[in-house]
Amino acid sequence: MTSAAPAILAQGLTKRFHDFTAVDHLDLTIDKGEVVGFIGPNGAGKSTAIRMLCGLLRPSEGHASVAGFDVGRQPEAVREHIGYMSQKFSLYGDLTVRENLRFFGGIYRVPRRDIGEQMAFAISMAGLEGREDALVRTLAGGWKQRLALGCAILHRPPVLFLDEPTSGVEPEARRRFWDLIHEMAAGGVTTLVSTHYMDEAEYCNRIALIDRGKLIAIGSPRELRGRQLGGELYEIGCAPLGAALNALTGAPGVVEAAIFGDKLHVVLGAGGLGAADLPDFLGARGIHADPAHRVTPSLEDVFVQLVSGDREERVVS
Amino acid sequence: MNVRRLFALAFKETLQVWRDPRSLAIALLMPLMQMALLGYGVSLDIKHVPLCIYDQENSQESHAVVEHFVSSSWFSISRTLDRQADLRNAIDRGECSAAIVIPVDFSRALATTGTASIQAIFDATDVNTTNIALGYAQGTIAQANAQIAAQWAAAHGVRPSLVGRVDLEPSTWFNETLDSRNFIIPGVVAVILALVGAQLTSLTISREWERGTMEQLISTPVTALEVMLGKLIPYFVIGLVDAGFCLAGAVFWFGVPFRGNVGTLFVTTVLFLIVVLGIGYLISVRIRSQLGASQIALLVTLLPTTLLSGYTFPIDQMPAPIRALSLVVYPRYYVTILRAIFLKGSSLADLWTPLLGLTAYALIIIWLAARAFRKRLD
Amino acid sequence: MTEESGQVAVRARGLSKNFGPVPAVRSVDFSISPGEIFGLVGPDGAGKTTIMRMLAGVLRPDAGDIAVDGVDVTADPEQAKLRLSYMPQRFGLYEDLTVAENIFFYGELFAVPRSERIARSRELLEAAGLLAFQRRLAGQLSGGMKQKLGLICALIHTPRVLLLDEPTTGVDPVSRRDFWAILYNLRESGVAIVLSTAYMDEAERCSRLALLHAGEIRHCDTPARLKEAMPGALLAITSAHPRSLRETLAGQPGVLGILLMGDRVHVRVDDPARRIPELRALLTELGVEEADIARAEPGIEDVFVALLGQGEAA
Repeated sequence: MTSAAPAILAQGLTKRFHDFTAVDHLDLTIDKGEVVGFIGPNGAGKSTAIRMLCGLLRPSEGHASVAGFDVGRQPEAVREHIGYMSQKFSLYGDLTVRENLRFFGGIYRVPRRDIGEQMAFAISMAGLEGREDALVRTLAGGWKQRLALGCAILHRPPVLFLDEPTSGVEPEARRRFWDLIHEMAAGGVTTLVSTHYMDEAEYCNRIALIDRGKLIAIGSPRELRGRQLGGELYEIGCAPLGAALNALTGAPGVVEAAIFGDKLHVVLGAGGLGAADLPDFLGARGIHADPAHRVTPSLEDVFVQLVSGDREERVVS
Repeated sequence: MNVRRLFALAFKETLQVWRDPRSLAIALLMPLMQMALLGYGVSLDIKHVPLCIYDQENSQESHAVVEHFVSSSWFSISRTLDRQADLRNAIDRGECSAAIVIPVDFSRALATTGTASIQAIFDATDVNTTNIALGYAQGTIAQANAQIAAQWAAAHGVRPSLVGRVDLEPSTWFNETLDSRNFIIPGVVAVILALVGAQLTSLTISREWERGTMEQLISTPVTALEVMLGKLIPYFVIGLVDAGFCLAGAVFWFGVPFRGNVGTLFVTTVLFLIVVLGIGYLISVRIRSQLGASQIALLVTLLPTTLLSGYTFPIDQMPAPIRALSLVVYPRYYVTILRAIFLKGSSLADLWTPLLGLTAYALIIIWLAARAFRKRLD
Repeated sequence: MTEESGQVAVRARGLSKNFGPVPAVRSVDFSISPGEIFGLVGPDGAGKTTIMRMLAGVLRPDAGDIAVDGVDVTADPEQAKLRLSYMPQRFGLYEDLTVAENIFFYGELFAVPRSERIARSRELLEAAGLLAFQRRLAGQLSGGMKQKLGLICALIHTPRVLLLDEPTTGVDPVSRRDFWAILYNLRESGVAIVLSTAYMDEAERCSRLALLHAGEIRHCDTPARLKEAMPGALLAITSAHPRSLRETLAGQPGVLGILLMGDRVHVRVDDPARRIPELRALLTELGVEEADIARAEPGIEDVFVALLGQGEAA
């Protein structure tokens, strides 16, 4: 993409707590203006990785640089050049919008001459004009979220870290929030988002799937979905579901079959049953089935397929 | 009430107490530590008051008086002084709490006028010690006086018994301080049980709210009564064990005489535990944060118990309104009962007044506790 | 008091709850049949947890009534609790007890006969992949394992109704799969499951959904029918520069809404047959390379936004 230095660079980044490895040799290159998502379940190591990148935790091994500063040797400089928005947006409910902004402005040491302008920008970005003196706890979730974002960028950082930024927020508000992120990205701000919501990944240019401290895949949402599940994914409505599942599991060409809602999701590989064959195959066994149609695999499907290989180890450990 | 559920609740609670270092520490270590601290540390006895002697005359008569002080077990002579200046220093530096100054003309005054004065100086920054030391000093002088009278009688051929003499024997006061440990330790046991019991149970309900397990528990068919009993039973057992430790410690370690019978002790202890655990439970139900509950438990038990239960300060010395207030301080009843059982060997029948108080308390607490817990979030 | 159970496992009528002046739940009605997985979907603050708590009998409604398996929850909560199981949003089991001890406790609370408890617990532990962890303290399990344990304890006494408040939030996808496999199995035995979630993709797995907003149910139907009810059709246009693409398409005739995603744009159009060629022509004309236009299956989130529109209250 660009030949400039990456905004975020991690090489072999590792963190161990006693004998537990929270982050395992993470390699990552994020260019300026990209919006990248760290997606993975709770406990996967996302927060730990982000803390290292923010200069809050010293890596056990490997190194990383953010906005050109080394996180191990120049953590203070790193912190001055990043914005951080945490889960459930840590704003002070008993202070007003303006007071919160001023507080964070002070924390980030935004110069006096700039603070007025910055605050105005944050307020307009959040759509809170006219409500500067409202107590934050009276605001609805979506507003608080955007205000928290505003507080995080008062000092115009080139890199932004967001930790579960839209947890529990309304879909409409979530979309507006992501619009803001993309707008800032167009202006050159690099964003790294950490979330356990698989569907939030859709808003990112690229996604890094993290599980148990390791980066298991990285790519655009489309690329990841296009990954071979070992076949193509079809959805087929049929009844009774249990019998249909039994019939298809292990049938020729069926890589995987699982119940999904009131339907079956079936992955068909090469050389075996085709999508068109399914209704007859099931019908012959006394199971009524509608025609199957292709569906795009969800990121969760991709994730499960990528990790289920070491599922046995997971259970035993 | 379903016994199976009750058992399940009690079993769970037991497992949790067993695995919680904080609860175990409160249950087992705290009473032992308190017994040791209060049993050894608190004593109204004031013996071996450090005394300085400044004998300006150094005559046979003055030495005779000094000898009374030297041989008294209430005083211990820390210094013999030669100069006035040393006297002030010695007291300032705390080398002695009191000083006896015998004037230069002591024996001459005694011989000519029949009266001689000795000065006793006290470091009264500690008023308690001063008061008591003053008493000791007067007693010692009284003894010295008795001896002087006897010597006079002998010197004049009068039988000493014919010389009328009023022996001021402040022995009641003094005996009390000699027995202070016997007096205090039954009170200590009551205080410990009150504190520990309330601390233990004050956390139990609030902990479940804080951890989020209560929300799920109340969605099951358990009844409030089952929850209460299920939680209190393990603590009751712990309480009995603690009471056993403390009472046994009192008798076998501190040597407090036990003149009553074990059965009476058991019955009254059970009643007291019910009250104590019930109060902690009530606090726990009302206050949903563990920290808050344990602080309130401390507040409600510590000060009233130490000040108003008769444990250290006699209740009948208090002004009437405070005396009335002490009726509500439940350890008061148990302290009275314990002392009576230990020192006087009282039976249940003898104790019916404080027993009535304690029983009434227990019933009220049970009633309040059973009603207090609601299976609802709001 | 006890009505004929018939075909209704859970019924709520006019259910309302206020917290002080704030109406958290406003006159909610719904009816759930045995074997259904009913989803309450909505963001934080929509009232999901409040509704679940009222169904479980741990919170008293200000108005309305609830019947669970024929029993009036408000009038006789303890009877109702015998027939239901509730898993609150926050892990509600004892972290200082082992997996086996927790299961034993809940078994005893519901008077499950010992042999039955042992058999069922084994079966459920196996399905959840927790058989090897019986002696482990619940506090030492991962998030996903904790939720599965919660489900096991909820099912140890074969309830007729299962209430799950955001059961898979933050759980790893593999555990979530196991979790849902257990839920699907339950359906066969006629258990009614009420599930609340803020995850739109999880909502897809339910038989019927209630879209909740600010304490009200705005729409209630199967996922398929909700998608049909969504006005317009959804197109996905992939591009290397989705942002500029969005700017280009905004205001084009027939475009009802545009959503910017990471590597594409979701466009809602009124008439796909007509608009697809139009848009394709437009993009070619503008020289936009690699733009791929295809029909997209709307997700529940798309449906939510479309149906609930400008739902943000100030």
